[in-house]
Amino acid sequence: MSTTEIATPLMSLEQKKRSRNVGLSLIFLALVSAFFLSARPGDAGFKLVESFTLVLPAQPFAQALAVVLGALGAVQLYRGFGKWTNVMLAFATAMFVVGFLAWATSGGSFNLTGMLQDTVTRSVPITLGAIAGILCERSGIINIAIEGQLLGGAFAGAVVGSLYGPWFGVLGAMAMGVGLSALLAVFAIRFRVDQVIVGFAINFFSLGLTSFLSQRVLTPHPEYNIVKPFTPYAVPLLSDIPVIGVALFTQTYFVYISLFAVVITTWFMYRTRWGLRTRAVGEYPQAAGTLGVDVLKLRYRNVWIAGAVAGLGGAWWPIGTVGRFDQNITSGRGFIALAAVIFGRWHPVGALTAALVFGLAEAIQLKMSNLDTGIPSEFLLMAPYIVTLVVVAGFVGRSRAPKAAGQAYDASK
Amino acid sequence: MKRVFNALGERLNRISSLKLTLLAVLTALIIGALIIVASDVDNLQNGDILGALSTVGSAYWALVVGSFGSLRAISNTINSSTPLILCGVSVAIAFKAGLFNIGATGQMLAGGMTALWVGFAMDGPGIIQVPLAIIAGAVGGAVFGAIPGVLKARTGAHEVITTIMLNNIMAFLILWLLKTDLFQREDRTDPISKLVSTQGRLPRLFGFLDGRADLIAHIGFIVAIGAVLAYWWFLKYSSTGFEFRAYGLNADAATYAGMHVKRLTVLSMTFAGGFAGLAGAAEVLGTYGYASQNFAGNIGFDAIAIALLGQSTPLGTLIAAILFGALQAGGRQMQTNSDVPIDLIIVLRALIVMFIAAPLLVKTIWRTKNASITVGQSFRGWGS
Repeated sequence: MSTTEIATPLMSLEQKKRSRNVGLSLIFLALVSAFFLSARPGDAGFKLVESFTLVLPAQPFAQALAVVLGALGAVQLYRGFGKWTNVMLAFATAMFVVGFLAWATSGGSFNLTGMLQDTVTRSVPITLGAIAGILCERSGIINIAIEGQLLGGAFAGAVVGSLYGPWFGVLGAMAMGVGLSALLAVFAIRFRVDQVIVGFAINFFSLGLTSFLSQRVLTPHPEYNIVKPFTPYAVPLLSDIPVIGVALFTQTYFVYISLFAVVITTWFMYRTRWGLRTRAVGEYPQAAGTLGVDVLKLRYRNVWIAGAVAGLGGAWWPIGTVGRFDQNITSGRGFIALAAVIFGRWHPVGALTAALVFGLAEAIQLKMSNLDTGIPSEFLLMAPYIVTLVVVAGFVGRSRAPKAAGQAYDASK
Repeated sequence: MKRVFNALGERLNRISSLKLTLLAVLTALIIGALIIVASDVDNLQNGDILGALSTVGSAYWALVVGSFGSLRAISNTINSSTPLILCGVSVAIAFKAGLFNIGATGQMLAGGMTALWVGFAMDGPGIIQVPLAIIAGAVGGAVFGAIPGVLKARTGAHEVITTIMLNNIMAFLILWLLKTDLFQREDRTDPISKLVSTQGRLPRLFGFLDGRADLIAHIGFIVAIGAVLAYWWFLKYSSTGFEFRAYGLNADAATYAGMHVKRLTVLSMTFAGGFAGLAGAAEVLGTYGYASQNFAGNIGFDAIAIALLGQSTPLGTLIAAILFGALQAGGRQMQTNSDVPIDLIIVLRALIVMFIAAPLLVKTIWRTKNASITVGQSFRGWGS
């Protein structure tokens, strides 16, 4: 390489706007910490392990946070962070969350490690749902039906799990997911129905069918709706690490499976022939078809696998947590997973990040109801959706979806 | 001569489209019957197939009786149809511009709350208060509906995501509002609103029949019919309506023709929100007389199925909404008469939408011959 200076890459107007938005929101967060979070004196105790509680003086921390965030925002507005933007953003967001928690707990203490553990637990169905979405969309099939697949998986998981034990319940859930996704595949690929429409119809179908069966069969026969859920499995050695050990390695199998799914999907998508073909088919199926890829077969296969993954995610409700199925137990998590797909820019790791953000928001809500913050709990419940809205509108913007997503493949064109 | 043939072909097309709809409904009913039989665990365990089949008969009969069997049933159907028609138009008008409005639920909640506020805060003569409250509902819905439109036009955020998020935000906002002093009923601790003043209630549609308090249909239905007419006029005669259709059919061509795409995006979502807001107003001012946490129920989602079923045309949407309203009213009767849960209706609706959207499949099942069957709504993926 020669020593010529690398000029700052030209930014499109939109990128400029987005980077300005990032800067402005940092300044906004700085103002919030300066005037709002620093308003409550007192020490906040974060219990990390049984014997150690981190004590954070809420007020000075908020003031320091305001200075740091303000400085980051100023630098961002002045010259930007280039490739470090995401790292910087992650750091800033994490610090702000800590500041917020310090403000909320000031004068009391709460179990931070428990909250992190809860975050990871709750991200499972969103992660798996999002991976199902990615597998479909990368091959050019829009999967709005994640919600329905999760719900179907939850139902099958509960019933099969009650009859034959939790592991068979997981298998049953995956089979149900495959069944529902096969419906999507047949309609979208074979009959070329618009994918958004059929996806929506599948959501309804699944909601209606599971509610119907739950009321007609499970209510009079409660013996079909009682599963013995998985208990957390502590990974030897790793689970002894403070904080992280509890948050990441003292979990049910679902967490390990979902993390594994993220790794394996990333590897498959970017390191294997199948992944390359999937991406090609999702971008420009005609070209892939001309080069000898069997577009339809590949799409069928991806949609089926996606169904299995989503079904697995659905099994989390009965087998990972509560041990039973209730009507509409997923309550819109499939749509959150859909948002995570877009939020994470159709990348498994991005989707995991998004899922963790949603999981964190859910975990915070649960903790917040125990703390007296003066904020009505409804606004805390709203927060993850507002965050998604702001992120999708302000930062992601016109994120690039796989180009052929939503279009039926017609080899004759 | 050629013109005559073309007209004839058009007519045939329309008939086959009707035939397709009927076949789709029939197929859905058959599958629904199979589900009823298959889920009749007790009868099947006793080997009593006939018993299971008779449940189907009584369930479907209750569906008919409960929706059109009496004046009261018809009134129930009208009452269930009213918000469905309005939300159906809301989704349809966005479809026409190529936008997918999943947010009718949130817009309905927003409109319902603004209408409610006028409904209990004012105590004027009904002739002034009722129209004012209805307009307030439309405005509230329109403002809330405009948000995803503006976000899409300005930042490109996809409306599917933003409307889903806004639905959730609105659901919690309502929960909070219903606990504030402004909205909460004085003697209550649960989230339930004050009552709309008697003057502000929508008059009953069958109010001229004395002593029939069970006929709950209200003049919201007339508002809904008016909305369908307005939608029809808008599409057929207004230039903005023409632009909507052009943009929905081919965004690129519309842009090249000099249409302001961003303006269209915002406008269509605003209109969509306005219609959904009317639905909220009709429910709050007419059906309930107050607002509870989830007075919007599943209506916003049903509306999507309705708009798809009616192919987003004014008449089609109206008929589809009345069909869904009839299913709703009949479903309640079915649940009481035959112990078949009303959730079956959701399954039937989903199946109808699927079959309508897949004419090829219906043709394969029923081996019909007519080749030209129009295909319904389609989107441009995540693009544009």
